[in-house]
Amino acid sequence: MLQTEHNLHTECSHTAVTLHQLAHARAGDKGERLNVALFAYDADHYSTLLEQVTEERVLALFAHRGASRVRRYPLPNLAGMNFVIDDVLQGGVNGALNLDGHGKTLSFLLLSLEVYI
Amino acid sequence: MSFLLGSGAGFSGDRTDAAVAVVAELIKRQQPSALVFETLGERTLAAAHRTMRDDPESGFEPLLDELLAPVLRDCLDNNIKVLGNFGAANPSGACQVIADLAAELGRTDIRIAQVHGDDIRQQLHHLDLQRWEAERLDMPGDDALISANVYLGAKALADALAMQADVVVTGRVADPALFLAPLMHHFDWRWDDWNRLACGMMAGHLAECGAQVSGGYFADPGFKDVPGLATVGYPIIEVEQDGSLLITKPANTGGCVTEQTVKEQLLYEVHDPANYLTPDVTVDLSHAEVRQLSPNRVAVTGIRGKPAPERLKTTVCYEGGWQGEAEISYAGPNALARAQLAAQVLRERLMFRAPAELRTRLDIIGLASVFDSDSGELQRSAATSTSGDYRLRLAAEHSERRWVARATQELLALYCVGPAGGGGVRRQFQRRVFTASYLVKRSDIQAYASLFETALIGVRRSGRHAAN
Repeated sequence: MLQTEHNLHTECSHTAVTLHQLAHARAGDKGERLNVALFAYDADHYSTLLEQVTEERVLALFAHRGASRVRRYPLPNLAGMNFVIDDVLQGGVNGALNLDGHGKTLSFLLLSLEVYI
Repeated sequence: MSFLLGSGAGFSGDRTDAAVAVVAELIKRQQPSALVFETLGERTLAAAHRTMRDDPESGFEPLLDELLAPVLRDCLDNNIKVLGNFGAANPSGACQVIADLAAELGRTDIRIAQVHGDDIRQQLHHLDLQRWEAERLDMPGDDALISANVYLGAKALADALAMQADVVVTGRVADPALFLAPLMHHFDWRWDDWNRLACGMMAGHLAECGAQVSGGYFADPGFKDVPGLATVGYPIIEVEQDGSLLITKPANTGGCVTEQTVKEQLLYEVHDPANYLTPDVTVDLSHAEVRQLSPNRVAVTGIRGKPAPERLKTTVCYEGGWQGEAEISYAGPNALARAQLAAQVLRERLMFRAPAELRTRLDIIGLASVFDSDSGELQRSAATSTSGDYRLRLAAEHSERRWVARATQELLALYCVGPAGGGGVRRQFQRRVFTASYLVKRSDIQAYASLFETALIGVRRSGRHAAN
């Protein structure tokens, strides 16, 4: 991965990559509320995340799941940010017909977002 | 000298051999320590209440014996305090199991304490309840109500340790309070020393999900590699008198404790990082920093505390009708088209074979499932090969069992009347539990600890043996 990042930096200034290349994430649930914490592998990419992984884009990414609101809490000390996303769990751990009622897999939906570096 | 907090389990269903390596490390260190079992999820408690209706001697963590048997003797011999919310709906039942286990080890001198006060079902309708801000569901009627439990703080647990309990058994408490309690007892921190309380609570937060901070739920091959996932070491948190804390794990175990594993767990199930609400303190993580000191040793600094919230969170569980699932596989040439045809046949059948209020969802596993919406938006737009290995999944819910049974039976029937080559049908349905979250006034809740009646120790199991 480091080699890939190196190439992206030096050879093309605006290359599209999935967020998965730059960051790691973990999802957690409380009722119908999902949180996804996102962290840059390299602190140098934190500003890219701040610029491009916005509340609006995350709301659009989860729109098909009925997301009603996204709030983003930046945590510069951790080179990360916490997203709190409401109403995407289709009933949550108890009510959902989805196989994954917790929404635990959704950290990787966020990581599938495309960003430019 | 630091106090050591070890995790023995992070959820009901966790590995039952995890505590062994943790206890071995705690003994080796020869420091004051506690071992904590967190086994009670939002929904686990409702399941326990329901089980207890059928069998009054159940209702606690079903794996309790299996979790404690390998380590109880070592903990008692080495003064490692054991705390767990494995009491679930029936803490006194769990106390009895532990007492019996101790008796088998020849340790009838064991002191077991039980925490009371979380079960508020009886007084629920006399309480001043506020709906939790993200809650969408209304309070159910009495007939549907299964359980109502408050997330208690650490005070009654610390009181139990002051009674010189070896083992503290609770029902619903805030998970990290299981870890904060032994710190409060050991360091004698004040209950309004918000910064230290916040550090202790976050020590608990980091350890409460077991291996999730030490390499579990983390691996992403090629990006985040974790050695020895099959033998991950569960976390040990070293906490100092001033509240500073460090995460590590037992020697010679798999897994890893890195800045990345700690960061992911630090924010797990957290919403506003500046206001993480717990029963004993409001935690501010916005200045938190993590630092790798050496391999598998990570310090967390900058945790701050603010006064505890006025209200305590309460989870109400109630009957949610029936839910069922059934699946069938299609593989090889044109498999996707056959799976899609099967889905279409089911949709048509259910139009006239089930009532309109039957809620259903159809996934094609291998094409789109867990990311998809109930209406299958991604499934329709996903581009993929028509040959492959796909599994059609039906999920259905209704207040009456018979309609869920009917819907899943319609999938079963695809064996003979569906598209060609369908196989591997699995079908199951069960009662469903809904949960809703409310906030109660702290002053309305009376939590306290009591020592389990030691005269009873050894009685029941010997009675069982006699019966055998």
